[in-house]
Amino acid sequence: MKVLVPVKRVVDFNVKIRVKADGTGVDLSNVKMSMNPFDEIAVEEAIRLKEAGKAEEVVVVSIGPAQAQETLRTALAMGADRAILIKVEDMVEPLAVAKLLKAVADAEGPRLVVLGKQAIDDDANQTGQMLSALLGWSQATFASAVALEGDKARVTREVDGGLQVIEVALPAIVTADLRLNEPRYASLPNIMKAKKKPLEEKTPADYGVNVDARLKVLKTEEPGTRKAGVKVASVAELLDKLKNEAGVLQF
Amino acid sequence: MAILLFAEHDNAALSDQTARTLTAARRIGGEIDILVAGKGAAAVAQAASAFQGVRKILLAEADALEHRLAEPAAALIVSLAGDYDTVIAPATTTGKNVLPRVAALLDVMQVSEIVEVVSADTFKRPIYAGNAIQTVQATDGKKVITVRTSGFEAAQAEGGSAPVETIGATADPRLSGFVENRLSESERPELASARIIVSGGRALGSEERFRQVILPVADKLGAAVGASRAAVDAGYAPNDWQVGQTGKVVAPELYVACGISGAIQHLAGMKDSKVIVAINKDEDAPIFQVADYGLVADIFDALPELERAL
Ligand SMILES: Cc1cc2nc3c(=O)[nH]c(=O)nc-3n(C[C@H](O)[C@H](O)[C@H](O)COP(=O)(O)OP(=O)(O)OC[C@H]3O[C@@H](n4cnc5c(N)ncnc54)[C@H](O)[C@@H]3O)c2cc1C
Ligand SMILES: Nc1ncnc2c1ncn2[C@@H]1O[C@H](COP(=O)(O)O)[C@@H](O)[C@H]1O
Repeated sequence: MKVLVPVKRVVDFNVKIRVKADGTGVDLSNVKMSMNPFDEIAVEEAIRLKEAGKAEEVVVVSIGPAQAQETLRTALAMGADRAILIKVEDMVEPLAVAKLLKAVADAEGPRLVVLGKQAIDDDANQTGQMLSALLGWSQATFASAVALEGDKARVTREVDGGLQVIEVALPAIVTADLRLNEPRYASLPNIMKAKKKPLEEKTPADYGVNVDARLKVLKTEEPGTRKAGVKVASVAELLDKLKNEAGVLQF
Repeated sequence: MAILLFAEHDNAALSDQTARTLTAARRIGGEIDILVAGKGAAAVAQAASAFQGVRKILLAEADALEHRLAEPAAALIVSLAGDYDTVIAPATTTGKNVLPRVAALLDVMQVSEIVEVVSADTFKRPIYAGNAIQTVQATDGKKVITVRTSGFEAAQAEGGSAPVETIGATADPRLSGFVENRLSESERPELASARIIVSGGRALGSEERFRQVILPVADKLGAAVGASRAAVDAGYAPNDWQVGQTGKVVAPELYVACGISGAIQHLAGMKDSKVIVAINKDEDAPIFQVADYGLVADIFDALPELERAL
């Protein structure tokens, strides 16, 4: 069985981004970029399936600029076998990403696609569900445990009220939540080895997919900021403030 | 202009998140129909009919819809979508699971987690864990939208009498099956709609201490309980208590953060609370930068003292 894992290059989760003063977007110059954290979890899950003998090959794919190669090399260093970079100049929206991924899935024939549940830049949380729809496959989102059993997968999902267990027919889409696993760090020898693993470059035109944006971004602004308040010296003072100043406690 | 609102419920009761999404739908404007998809959910449809200004309630009941799994729920919505300009749902785990599937089947780019309606096709939504707010205009013929409900007041379910129309479900695509729910049982208010939230972080150190120190304060305040990712990952609190970028986004009147450092991913989930209290023994903890009232103290002293004083 082949497993496909889409990985996105995003601003590192530790960076506090800055909004451009003219409202045209977020300033990404000289900002540390990394693999989307949820995608690291997705890659880890695929590699574990391979290590457990349940998958033969792990193929990673990224839609992004030339530098997304680094993201793919990271995935290869973690243990993926092969990479595909679909080169684009601008940000591509989830719907277009899903269409490109569908084309890759049609060409590669994976039985399982594991994505992150959400990219931490656009916070869209759509791509996996969309890909599943376009392929006509089953979907198991927000996964915190995945067990393959024959031609089915039993997936535990993180839902609003707790956990939900579902069973999906393969081929399937799984999107990874934070607690699915703890991704490994790539060792130095594996980083060296990853440089020799195959990385194929493509363009959206190779797949005949139109990636024009459907959402027009009119403005990007800073959120309303909160001022730091005051420090209180004791629990008694805190209670007094909450009752008499903030008025949020009645008794 | 007509809007289809996909209701959040548990087959027994209508969620407050539906009422908040209705407020967003009203701002978009047009006739609003509410779709109740489920099984044995007639009482939910009845409850929804009490909202004013709703044209009708569509009730679809089937085994496959009992848990609103993505494939059958999306197929149902797509079968109805021809009559609507906009499909909208709260950004609950169900909404987030089902609506992008609907969007892709309609060849529409979804607008995720809106916090403001600017006009019928233009919305504000947070990106980068809420560190930037984007105004986007949807250019597709149909709009598919999920709503961050903490940004909208709940509409009152009273005074209305929208007719309930029973509709057939589409065939179950049989791609996935429900096995079980392991839901946290709790008498406490729900995080999404609580007036007060008491949250604990890694500092709690164990599940036992989380229960001993956080819960009594929450119970005295009639509060819901939240947690940081670190506390959930370590098993001190269940996953559905996580507040943040990838957990729940809340905006209560009072949020009390106990032994939480204030990482951007946590702030993303609570910084729109009306009043924020932080209790942390590190006076430089970033959480103090957003707190209205900060108490530099050991939570194991401060929280029992607070509980006694309430
Ligand atoms: C992709 C991604 C998504 C994430 N999503 C979320 C999310 O949704 N929600 C979330 O919360 N996090 C999220 N995180 C994690 C986030 O980055 C932080 O790691 C996490 O919020 C830290 O939790 P914490 O504040 O409890 O722990 P810590 O950062 O370890 O802070 C513990 C705090 O407790 C204080 N303390 C210790 N002992 C005491 C004591 N006895 N009395 C008083 N204070 C004490 C310390 O001074 C410290 O400030 C995410 C991370 C990533 C990468
Ligand atoms: N440009 C991209 N390249 C590769 N994978 C992507 C890309 N955009 C999104 N994805 C995948 O889709 C998931 C969800 O992204 P999103 O829907 O944008 O929140 C990510 O975690 C990735 O696995």
